[in-house]
Amino acid sequence: MLANQFHSLFYAFGFYLFGLVAIASAVAFVTRKSPVAAAMWLVNVMFCLAALYVMLDAQFIAAMQVLVYTGAIMVVFLFVIMLLNLGHPSELADARGRWGYIFATFIGLVMLAEVMALNRANTIERMIPPDLAARAAAAAATPLAGGIIGPVAAPLFNEYLLAFELTSVLLLAAIVGAVVLGKRRTDAR
Amino acid sequence: MIFDLANPSQLMQAFGPDLLLMAGAMVLMLWAAWRPESHEHQRAVGMGALVLIAATMGLTIWYATRGLSSTLGVIAVDNFRWATDLICLLGAFGAIALSIEYNARERIMPAEAHVLVLFATAGMMVLAAARDLMIVFLGIELMSVAIYVLAGLNRRSPKSAEGSLKYFLLGAFATGFLLYGIALVYGSTGSTNLVEIGQRVVNGNYIVHPMMLVGTGLLLVGFGFKVAAAPFHMWAPDVYEGAPTPITAFMATAVKAAAFATFLRVWLEALGGMGDAWFAPVWWLAAVAMFVGNTVALSQRNVKRLLAYSSIAHSGYLLVAVATGTLAGSAAFLFYLVAYTLASFGAFAIVITVGSTGDVHGNLEDFEGLWSVRPGMAIAMGVFMLSLMGFPIFGGVGFFGKWYLLMAAIEAPRPLTTLAVVLVLTSVVSAGYYLNVLRVMFMKPRPEGAPVVERAGVLTRGVVFATVLAILVLGVIPSRAIGWSRASIPRAPQVQAAAVNAPR
Repeated sequence: MLANQFHSLFYAFGFYLFGLVAIASAVAFVTRKSPVAAAMWLVNVMFCLAALYVMLDAQFIAAMQVLVYTGAIMVVFLFVIMLLNLGHPSELADARGRWGYIFATFIGLVMLAEVMALNRANTIERMIPPDLAARAAAAAATPLAGGIIGPVAAPLFNEYLLAFELTSVLLLAAIVGAVVLGKRRTDAR
Repeated sequence: MIFDLANPSQLMQAFGPDLLLMAGAMVLMLWAAWRPESHEHQRAVGMGALVLIAATMGLTIWYATRGLSSTLGVIAVDNFRWATDLICLLGAFGAIALSIEYNARERIMPAEAHVLVLFATAGMMVLAAARDLMIVFLGIELMSVAIYVLAGLNRRSPKSAEGSLKYFLLGAFATGFLLYGIALVYGSTGSTNLVEIGQRVVNGNYIVHPMMLVGTGLLLVGFGFKVAAAPFHMWAPDVYEGAPTPITAFMATAVKAAAFATFLRVWLEALGGMGDAWFAPVWWLAAVAMFVGNTVALSQRNVKRLLAYSSIAHSGYLLVAVATGTLAGSAAFLFYLVAYTLASFGAFAIVITVGSTGDVHGNLEDFEGLWSVRPGMAIAMGVFMLSLMGFPIFGGVGFFGKWYLLMAAIEAPRPLTTLAVVLVLTSVVSAGYYLNVLRVMFMKPRPEGAPVVERAGVLTRGVVFATVLAILVLGVIPSRAIGWSRASIPRAPQVQAAAVNAPR
């Protein structure tokens, strides 16, 4: 698909652009003092990730990324920040002590090592059972019937129908629970 | 009849009792929200919930007696499911019966409390049925979300709020472990269906795949949290103490039963062929839970906390059944679960009657000389304590529960002799605190100025009477119940892959 030179140059440009913006936004997200500003930077990270998904030909996941993470979850974040009135950076204790930095560096190094290890050619083959790898390769080679959403929707309402319906019951229970806990008491003492 | 689970309408039929409960819970939810909060409304909705649970029990028994089975699919249709359903429904029935009077006393108004118990019970029934890791996860979440809220129902009590928040945070943490485990198991076997995983585990040499091993370990941690087995028990005492007592009883019995049932099914059906990998961790988990639960319980002065540690110890006993990895183990497991549920539920009911408004009840001092003011309650509590301890005759069915657990442990293909010895020794240790409750009730005089123990409401007395009766009757004629639990083992369609490949 990306055979011609120009296309692959454009692809590389897009990858580095969105990748670097995502990293820069993530750094800004953890260094901003104001929670609202930090949340907005996180929105930016999510947008860049969505763009990377599009470049991987996963348009549906990209759309979901924007709707669910950038839309719903970040709005809830901002709601919580504003409802609890956390918008004033001076009132927030800074949890980042020396040990916090050391621990964060350690975790970062571990994750970097993980990526390096996974990039080594034979790691994946050793980790994943051979029959599974063969099936995954076969699935990847088969062209998608019914566009991008079809392969998601068909199992959702056939194979995973029960899981889908149970999820709605779960959400209903969570809503009832939130109302019970959040409702104003009628007989406040 | 054999349900074809690929056909939506037959899938719906196979899910019948669960659907009845869910639909009924939704109707009751609307009714609960329809009218303003009042004690009469709370009571009426509670009574409606009791009727609904009784109807669901009836339907479950009807399903169980028809000898149904199913094709391989997302849910199981076997007697293990119906037996677990009945234990959980029994727990829910008791919890709502106790709640109606307890909530009136503690002025907990929302009628939705009973609806949340029903949602949690629906989650348990989903867990009992689940034969797919995705359904397992949804069942656990449905159950847990409702229980998080129920634990914090008493909004006047800071302890209740603290317990609820702790449970929520640690529960979310445990869910993370569970979900990560599910993802890794799916990643390495390519299936979320328990029986398919079981077959692939048997066919492929999965014991050397690090991804599968890590996944299994994470699943064990996740389930360990949910069943409150030491060392993953830290949340249990605080949550049990803070939650409204009927909810504590519900958590200690039905929640534990459902989590254990799905734990056992996952272990037998999916991971049966990996016995060499998980045997040692499960063995140690059982031993540590028995040891920690029983020794820490010795120093508790609050009966609710004492029962919390006792329930941790009982998680250890039940883990012995999981460690056997056999179908005989699962029969002993179900029988023990019935015995434990009855005794534990009754004990919490007594804690409610001894207490008074304001959640100040439950210290051992409140039980001093109970024999002289409320002899019936004291005798009932004595039966519950002896049953939890596993004492013959007076402890009724508790003795046989432990007996069959020991038999299953010794007769397992890989005999768990050491674990059986640990079980017996820690049971002896448990006498130290169970008998202490008896000593306090029967041998100490009622102190001057002790709070008056009021006569409990008719529902509470009914629960206590019914549990005592069941414990003693099953203790005299246990053979029928043992026959039922033998017939109620997990049964996978097509092949008995899981059981055949249990550890040797």
